[in-house]
Amino acid sequence: MSRIENHIILGELEEKKEVWITVDGKKIPAREGEPILSALLANGIKVQNISAKKHEPRGYFCGIGRCTNCVMTVNGDPNVRTCVTLVEDGMVVETQDGLGKWEGQE
Amino acid sequence: MNKDVEILVIGAGPAGLSAAIEAARYGADVLVVDENDKPGGQLFKQIHKFFGSRRHQAGVRGIDIGTELLNEVQELGVEVMLNTVAYGIYPNDEGVALCVDGETGMIVHPQKIIMATGASENPLAFPGWTLPGVVGAGAIQTMINVHRVPVGKRVLMIGSGNVGLIVTYQLLQSGAEVAGILEAAPALGGYGVHSAKVRRAGVPIYTGHTILEAVPNEDLSGIKGAIIAKVDERFQPIKGTEQFIEADCIGIAVGLTPDIALPSMARVGFTNGGRLGTQVPLHDRNMMTTKDGIYVAGDSSGVEEASTAIEEGKLAGIAAAEALGKMDAEAAAGAKAKVWESMNQLRTGPFGDGRAQAKEEIIRKMDEWKVENNAC
Repeated sequence: MSRIENHIILGELEEKKEVWITVDGKKIPAREGEPILSALLANGIKVQNISAKKHEPRGYFCGIGRCTNCVMTVNGDPNVRTCVTLVEDGMVVETQDGLGKWEGQE
Repeated sequence: MNKDVEILVIGAGPAGLSAAIEAARYGADVLVVDENDKPGGQLFKQIHKFFGSRRHQAGVRGIDIGTELLNEVQELGVEVMLNTVAYGIYPNDEGVALCVDGETGMIVHPQKIIMATGASENPLAFPGWTLPGVVGAGAIQTMINVHRVPVGKRVLMIGSGNVGLIVTYQLLQSGAEVAGILEAAPALGGYGVHSAKVRRAGVPIYTGHTILEAVPNEDLSGIKGAIIAKVDERFQPIKGTEQFIEADCIGIAVGLTPDIALPSMARVGFTNGGRLGTQVPLHDRNMMTTKDGIYVAGDSSGVEEASTAIEEGKLAGIAAAEALGKMDAEAAAGAKAKVWESMNQLRTGPFGDGRAQAKEEIIRKMDEWKVENNAC
């Protein structure tokens, strides 16, 4: 996992409880209280969804909940902004295809 | 659920918090709402020391200014509701609709509203601009400074205004390599203190250059670099000057746009604010819009800096408290004059002068509006 451990201004990275989330079937560690997006980046995952029109991979742009470029399907809900949604232990995150589907929707 | 307050402040960034502090100090009952899980807006990613004179907290880092504002808010007992989205504003005093924690609906009936909703980063369109790894410079700052995750190993920055320069330096501080700063203009933008830092650090500087395309990796899951080229005096790429720059992340620092969804919903009047934003709410020296009792402050009233956002927030807070009868006209005039004196100092110098002129133009148009609408 890749983190900025020592920072010349901010100092040592504060200890945080580790939680685990599942991304496309794979378990990855995250820091409690962080958004899903930063956990993905720390684990080298850059793609959040496949675009609806051109079917190309897309990733975050603004990182503060404005642009919606980072939406994924979280616990079965599509279009969740991963940059402002905090991780929870056991969370199930999926790379979203296009506009996504609600759980059970054909 | 319904709630009555004297002043509702929307946005807990530097402008909103300063407005709340000022109004509460004069005895107003203030509620601050913010959609994020933490207050402070974008202050907590600003790990650099602010520029300006000592009275503007120059030499103090943004994160420390944020902490100071939060302490003051707490001391004054101002209520701050987080995870709370202000998503609707109704005409005829029917209130402001809030959504709390994504679940609970609530209507607030404020006597005065201060909108300090901030700004969004501008994108830049070029082939490959939608690839993962092409991100806003502010997003880089959030990831490396707040969440402490690297955005890439080697980053190319597009744009050399203060944001581009500061984020470039902060990338170096985070341990990343910077492939270069690209600037279409013939010289670097931003304050000399910031450009001097990146120069001293040896960051390659490509002035008079533009990006032609971001080059994807094999499966389009990211980028492996960018093709850049020199531009002529009309900013057109010059054939034969193309070169490939290796990078796994491209930062876009080409300005911000005011977030005006709520002021629009409130149907306040707008104008083209020039360099401050193409659509900004008309406002007077009290930061009041064309709707009586609705104020704006900070980037949503024209994109500037955290330091000016703080001063604008203070103005709106004082004006709203005065309008509620919390202070007499003389005391209010004195308090506002002090803030204006400080603000005018911030809006000086080669960059500040242009912003001062653009602000004065907004205020002048607002004065015209008042004359036309008998609102003087």
